[in-house]
Amino acid sequence: MRDREPGWLERRLPIGAFWRRHLSDYRVPRNLNVFYLFGSLLLSILALQVLTGLWLLFGYEPTVKGAFASVQLFMREVPFGWLIRYLHAVGASALFVCLYLHLLRGLLYGSYRAPRELVWSFGVLLYLLLLAQAFFGYLLPWGQLSYWGAQVSLGAIEALPLVGPTLADLLRGGVVPSDATLRRFQALHVVGLPLLILALVSLHVVALRQAGSNNPEGDERDVSGAAGVPFHPYLTLKDLCGLAVFLLVFLAVVLLAPDLGGLVLEPANQQPADPLVTPAHIAPPWYLAPFYALLRAVPSKAGGLGLAALAIALLFVLPWLDRSPVRSVRRKAWPARLGLYLACLAFVALGVLGVVALTDGRLLLARLAAGVYFIGLLGMPWYSRLGRPRTPAESRS
Amino acid sequence: MTDDAPDAQRRRLLIATTSAVGGLGLVAGSVPFVCALRPSRSAEVAAAPVEVDLKTLREGEQLTVQWRGQPICVLRRSAADQARLLADQAGLADPDSRESSQPPYVDPRLRSRRPDIFVVTALCTHLGCIPSLDTATTNQGYLCPCHGSRFDLAGRVYRGQPAPLNLAVPPYHFKGESLLVIGSDGEGVA
Repeated sequence: MRDREPGWLERRLPIGAFWRRHLSDYRVPRNLNVFYLFGSLLLSILALQVLTGLWLLFGYEPTVKGAFASVQLFMREVPFGWLIRYLHAVGASALFVCLYLHLLRGLLYGSYRAPRELVWSFGVLLYLLLLAQAFFGYLLPWGQLSYWGAQVSLGAIEALPLVGPTLADLLRGGVVPSDATLRRFQALHVVGLPLLILALVSLHVVALRQAGSNNPEGDERDVSGAAGVPFHPYLTLKDLCGLAVFLLVFLAVVLLAPDLGGLVLEPANQQPADPLVTPAHIAPPWYLAPFYALLRAVPSKAGGLGLAALAIALLFVLPWLDRSPVRSVRRKAWPARLGLYLACLAFVALGVLGVVALTDGRLLLARLAAGVYFIGLLGMPWYSRLGRPRTPAESRS
Repeated sequence: MTDDAPDAQRRRLLIATTSAVGGLGLVAGSVPFVCALRPSRSAEVAAAPVEVDLKTLREGEQLTVQWRGQPICVLRRSAADQARLLADQAGLADPDSRESSQPPYVDPRLRSRRPDIFVVTALCTHLGCIPSLDTATTNQGYLCPCHGSRFDLAGRVYRGQPAPLNLAVPPYHFKGESLLVIGSDGEGVA
């Protein structure tokens, strides 16, 4: 097939050349494990969100009077409307599950190290954009938590030094969340951010293709030989299998327990927004929980927000914090390995502590976890150089 | 993966069955999305039949109601009107309503279920303007304000008019003597 003369279409639109360059002739390390499924899964979920979001938009009315009712009507009156809304809502959570696992993969195998710093930074930026996307989308159903969540978050934005009050006013278009807020959030959620996300996904993938995939061993290998396999059919089929397994779990949640015990769709959000009654317990969605735990752990408004911002800012500069001579945690010396594991564990602990109710003991735990996370990242330039990395043979045993 | 590989045939079978099952999944998955675009239940309710009380409608009077967003005219015709409709067939393009759209239980000439009550969709068959009752002229009928199409009191179009067809008659039935139900054929009619 490759030797054949290019046809009429191929001479005008190089589909075949594109296919060969990026799929059938593009080679990746053969030892990519199950952690490497989440990149393509994230793309699939993003596509699903675009599709279901488009359908939701057919029935949505961005007004204080009509927003809540239009979503309820969509679920009850439109054939399969309930399914489309649940796919979108559970899809948002599924996206963050895959995103966190994708991030963990990068951390463990050192995918952020040179020459993939830009792949990593674009990825962290995508993470931020998706958080913003989730925030804007969360207001649209105009439930109690939508309203009060936006109220609290806009209050946090207002606390930013210098630009805070102006930025909050620009987003809100008034003193409280209102019709103007709904229209702005809808425009950003439906047009503005998706375009930015699409552009960044392209940059993320182009930068990845330039450097090639890392692998669990974190070594540089010649993938043109026996150490590599063509992306198609090996990885495309593997990704399809991953997608099938993912859909099995995802659809089970969508069809059997779409609110997942209040973790995905909170009970308080089944009531229409009421500006005169604050719900008893306002917690952000679970994917924001680690930052929420940081906010609660610090007894100062600006300090808590600053710490949460620092937690993400440190991820951006991670490629330059890690000074270990090897990339993957499989081969790092024990201090670097321990530091990385502890930082990851602390982040998960903060996530759990951000979901549960606050007690004195848990407050102490949250402060401890915050300390471990920041020491783990800030101390990395120093401790990652210590010790002797393992040889490839040692890491495999 | 060349064709002379020993298991090439088995691979082809596997690819075919996998594609078939995957294709079925895609088709099944698209069902909710297509169904969601169909009119919702509230849109269906909005298309429900409309009831009209005829008690106050006197001879020669017409009232207009909305059914599915269309203007439906209800006219009570006098005995003289009815006689003239049956007598004057000259000049009509389609006096027996062979081409136009109306339910089968409607008389083809009077174009009504009951000779006195005339129910018609008041949308000109030319370009969809609303013809009005033209009582000023000697031969009573409907006149479309847009391009001057003229119809008689049974909604039949005259020859040489821009409108090609008689006005359409919607499905309807009567409940008792003075209640008209527009949008439903009533019982016993397929």
